[in-house]
Amino acid sequence: MSAIVQALPPETLRRRIGHRLRDWAPAALVLVMALVAWEVLVRALGIQRFLLPKPSEILDALVRDRKLLVDAGLFTFREALGGFAMGTLAGVGLALVLARWRRLGSALMPYAIAANAVPIIAFAPIMNNWFGTLNPVSKMAIVAVIVVFPVMINTLRGLTSVRPEQIELMRSYAAGQRAIFRRVRIPTALPYLFSALKVASVLSMIGAVVGEYFGGSTTALGPIIRNSASLFVFDRAWAAIVVASVLGVAFYLAIVVAERFAMRWHPSVRGHT
Amino acid sequence: MNGNGDRAPAVSLRGVSQVFTVRGGGRVAALDEIDLRVEPGEFVSLIGPSGCGKSTLLRVIGDLIRPIGGEVQVNGKPAHQARLDRDYGIVFQDAVLYDWRTVARNIGLPLEMLGWERERRSARVREMLELVELTGFEQHHPWQLSGGMQQRVAIARALSFSPALLLMDEPFGALDEMTRERLNNELLRIWERSKSTIVFVTHSIAEAVFLSTRVVVMSARPGRIVDVVDVGLPQPRMAETRVEPRFFELVKEVRELLHRGAPEVFEGPPADQPLPEAELLAAEEER
Ligand SMILES: Nc1ncnc2c1ncn2[C@@H]1O[C@H](COP(=O)(O)OP(=O)(O)O)[C@@H](O)[C@H]1O
Ligand SMILES: [Mg+2]
Repeated sequence: MSAIVQALPPETLRRRIGHRLRDWAPAALVLVMALVAWEVLVRALGIQRFLLPKPSEILDALVRDRKLLVDAGLFTFREALGGFAMGTLAGVGLALVLARWRRLGSALMPYAIAANAVPIIAFAPIMNNWFGTLNPVSKMAIVAVIVVFPVMINTLRGLTSVRPEQIELMRSYAAGQRAIFRRVRIPTALPYLFSALKVASVLSMIGAVVGEYFGGSTTALGPIIRNSASLFVFDRAWAAIVVASVLGVAFYLAIVVAERFAMRWHPSVRGHT
Repeated sequence: MNGNGDRAPAVSLRGVSQVFTVRGGGRVAALDEIDLRVEPGEFVSLIGPSGCGKSTLLRVIGDLIRPIGGEVQVNGKPAHQARLDRDYGIVFQDAVLYDWRTVARNIGLPLEMLGWERERRSARVREMLELVELTGFEQHHPWQLSGGMQQRVAIARALSFSPALLLMDEPFGALDEMTRERLNNELLRIWERSKSTIVFVTHSIAEAVFLSTRVVVMSARPGRIVDVVDVGLPQPRMAETRVEPRFFELVKEVRELLHRGAPEVFEGPPADQPLPEAELLAAEEER
């Protein structure tokens, strides 16, 4: 009977690459067509540069100002990454504490949910006050505060959505809370954690750039966008936006890769869909 | 059944009662003054209408629920100590496998908890896979197996550390009749070979009679023992056992006891629904 369900032979690398190309080709085509349409429309309708530059002009600016843009991009990305790390650590740590001591959790949960609805970016000037406008930590702090609540709430939901029998089984092995967390609650929470991290990666780029609008180092994407726009150097402003977008997408994809690695066992990762 | 009189009973329940408080303040009397003694080596089935407290009773034996009243002993010690000593293995109605673990690592989980070395663990896991005929599936994940295969993994896991007592809560309830009969035979083979004690919950009368040395018939609300039927069919049980006249007599006897225990089973509130408070009080006054 062991012949009924046998693992399929692993796909060859070439076939996998072939699959990937076929999966991604339509999306790539859409991107190219959108850029061409943009270029053609801006030319045909004679749209002013300060309203919307052509893609080719943005590309020129990217090449021309590449040194500045790369430096600024790395600077901003470092702020986003630092804040992301701080916020994620705090969020996961809080979730673990609240899942372990449920009483405390139910006492604090309403405030966590309320805090999640606060427009945290409004605190940016305060953070500049606390940590110093020029200190990148002020931007990291904003990012961390933006990230911490969604990470905490999602992780907590994951840690507490274990089926009761899965806990009972561990208790039948005389497992204590530590073992139950390590072997059951945390693995169960991983999918929830990663969906929170994906949201957090996007939020942290937004938080860093917007935080920079409130002052700080000038070699950063936020100030470049703001200053170029006020100096009518719109192609550079748009080029900086492109850099911010590319970094945000790359960050997101890095989380997706980490997720696939951490959850190799998961049906959505194992299966071919 | 073995007649070794001086060994402590595998399970001893004295006056065990359990009442659940449900949301909205209602109370459900799940178990009422249960007395039961299971000798080492016995195969005892619990049967009764759904909601009569069979699962609760199993959880009480396993110290997963502490009852509000009564005394529970397992292998001659308090149930709590028996749990800490890992004296029993439990199998639930669903397989309750951990999706992130492979079949092999699911089976090896109790051994990990017992601190077994890797080598010793994988040797035992291999043995267990053979026992439940799942060799070749060790690297599969639970969701890649059929329901019957998942249940066999759960059984292999419960047996892996050779507990003296096996608690099984409708382990074959969700399986088709064919798979169920095959697993019944496998379970009996394992039971004979390992000389363990099994407390087995089922709602199939035929299954209870076929497997057990004794069948405990329960009634609902509050959960009580109506009667205990000594099966006494010759061991080992085989396919022919199911067509013996004595088998049918016993099935009939258990069925009648079930109906006696639950004459109004189709008129009462649906099973698994908490009783309204008034009825509960009436039920309590009855005793
Ligand atoms: N954790 C619980 N909380 C509240 N009520 C429960 C709980 N577990 C069981 N019950 C109730 O106790 C009664 C017996 O349940 P159970 O032992 O699961 O019955 P069975 O396994 O015989 O179907 C049912 O009425 C059920 O609703
Ligand atoms: Mg049940």
